[in-house]
Amino acid sequence: MTAKKIFVHTFLLIGVIFSIFPFYWLAVMATNETSAIFSFPPKLVFGDYFLVNYHHVMDNINFYRALFNTLFIAITSCVLQLFFNSLTGFTFSKFKFPGSKVLFYLMMATMMIPAQMLLVPQFIIIKEIGWLGSYKALIVPGMASAFGIFWIRQYALAIHDDLLEAGRIDGCTKFGLYWRIALPILRPALAFLAITTFMGVWEDYLWPLIVLTDTSKFTLMLALQQLKSVHTGDYSMVMTGTLLATLPVIVFFLVVSRQFIAGIMEGAVKS
Amino acid sequence: MGGLLKEIYKSRTLYLFISPFYILFLVFSVFPIIFSIYLSFHKWDGIGSMSSVGFNNFNYMFHDPNFWQAMINNIAIWLLANGPMLVCALVIAYVINLSIVKFKGFFRIAFFLPNITAMVAVVIIFQSMFGNEYGLINFFLEKLGLDKIAWFNSSTGVRVVIALMIAWRYLGYNAIIYLSGLQRIPKDLYEAANLDGATMFQTFTKITLPMLRSIILFSVMMSTIGGFQIFTEPQVLAGNQSPYPGSETIVLYMFREGFVYQNYGYAAAVSWVLFVIIGLISVLNWKLFNKSDD
Repeated sequence: MTAKKIFVHTFLLIGVIFSIFPFYWLAVMATNETSAIFSFPPKLVFGDYFLVNYHHVMDNINFYRALFNTLFIAITSCVLQLFFNSLTGFTFSKFKFPGSKVLFYLMMATMMIPAQMLLVPQFIIIKEIGWLGSYKALIVPGMASAFGIFWIRQYALAIHDDLLEAGRIDGCTKFGLYWRIALPILRPALAFLAITTFMGVWEDYLWPLIVLTDTSKFTLMLALQQLKSVHTGDYSMVMTGTLLATLPVIVFFLVVSRQFIAGIMEGAVKS
Repeated sequence: MGGLLKEIYKSRTLYLFISPFYILFLVFSVFPIIFSIYLSFHKWDGIGSMSSVGFNNFNYMFHDPNFWQAMINNIAIWLLANGPMLVCALVIAYVINLSIVKFKGFFRIAFFLPNITAMVAVVIIFQSMFGNEYGLINFFLEKLGLDKIAWFNSSTGVRVVIALMIAWRYLGYNAIIYLSGLQRIPKDLYEAANLDGATMFQTFTKITLPMLRSIILFSVMMSTIGGFQIFTEPQVLAGNQSPYPGSETIVLYMFREGFVYQNYGYAAAVSWVLFVIIGLISVLNWKLFNKSDD
């Protein structure tokens, strides 16, 4: 029995090493000179070149501006998505009105449309309304999502009708029912939605690449690609930039990981 | 009829509540779809006037060797990445779910970590690990007494590296999805199998696999759809005009035609072919899905 236990745990630990090693290697490269990494044998432990590399990154890209841009877009998108998705999801779960079923299934069907197909015409629309190169181009099209609405609706179905009835008797408007009664109950669902939206914005690449024209509006991932393409053999600088752009979201994930993974597992069961 | 209108009027606040999604949907989905159909039969550089070209865009595409090469690359990368990855994910999920495993929470988080790493970062890390001359992987290969591999010089090498990036990033994600499926399987099934003296392998093939069938099909469908949308890896790896053989995917091909060469009509036609492929795969999977419900 113990032999089996040791075998199983060793197997999992080897898996974990494969999973974690690229992060370790990233940190090693970010703290060494490029020549140390590309020497033979390469240096496999941390060095003390991090600050030098850090300054090189700052000389080549406007890192903090990109960080600000990303945070601004992520936070704005989160707030808007949480508001519109929860209001819509709650409405679909607790009210019946003419066409509600048809509208709901129509919304679900939109999840089938692959994003790539919309790319060219969406770009042309953004260009025609003059939003090219602005934050709006990134924020507005993603203000509400079918996945988010569906996710909230599943949660909101569990809200007791008695509770809403009590609110109604106390003179709550429909918006009041949503704001005062549903929102507090929906908090766990909202938290998961916030995390996925935030991470989605953080790592989005294709759409920002198309609509952001001016480097001052670049998000972190675009800045990182810019750093990679301008680097002149300074690999450890690129790695430092990658580490700086990756670390915040890893820390964020570790803080919220329990809730996040619980959310993923719940979603898998529901679908 | 008057009753219905009255109902609609009474629900006006509710329509207001749900309207933001549908307004966005009309502007950024419905209109683009209609417009892209129109566009795919035209030649347009985005500035001048459009000229109707009938089926020429599609005709050109099916005769363009680059398009077929992108298709082959796409399928090869998809097979290389997802086959082994989904099998590994299932094994990992099965092992984590065993009752004797301690620190389940730690393993879940550790395996999931690659999934939250942005693809751009993954590409940069992997590109350095697989460097032709001084890469870390080649260093280990030499240590093991093997020959160095010039990963980025052959199309197979490039495809393997891209497939590894995808597999590494999605392994934990799929393992978590499988794990949630495994936790729904009633415990007494395993207990009964244990009493009957079944081995671990037998319980895996006779209980676990059949019970997970629909969730496995779901993950195969999702990764297939994802496989035809590969873009970030080759674009970050090599830019818009890839110097690496075997790396160009359909979305990268479309991106270059549309956003680098401003052939908007042609790019729209490519996106429709992509849509048809993804649609066919989805329908096929749905058929399999429904079968599993019998």
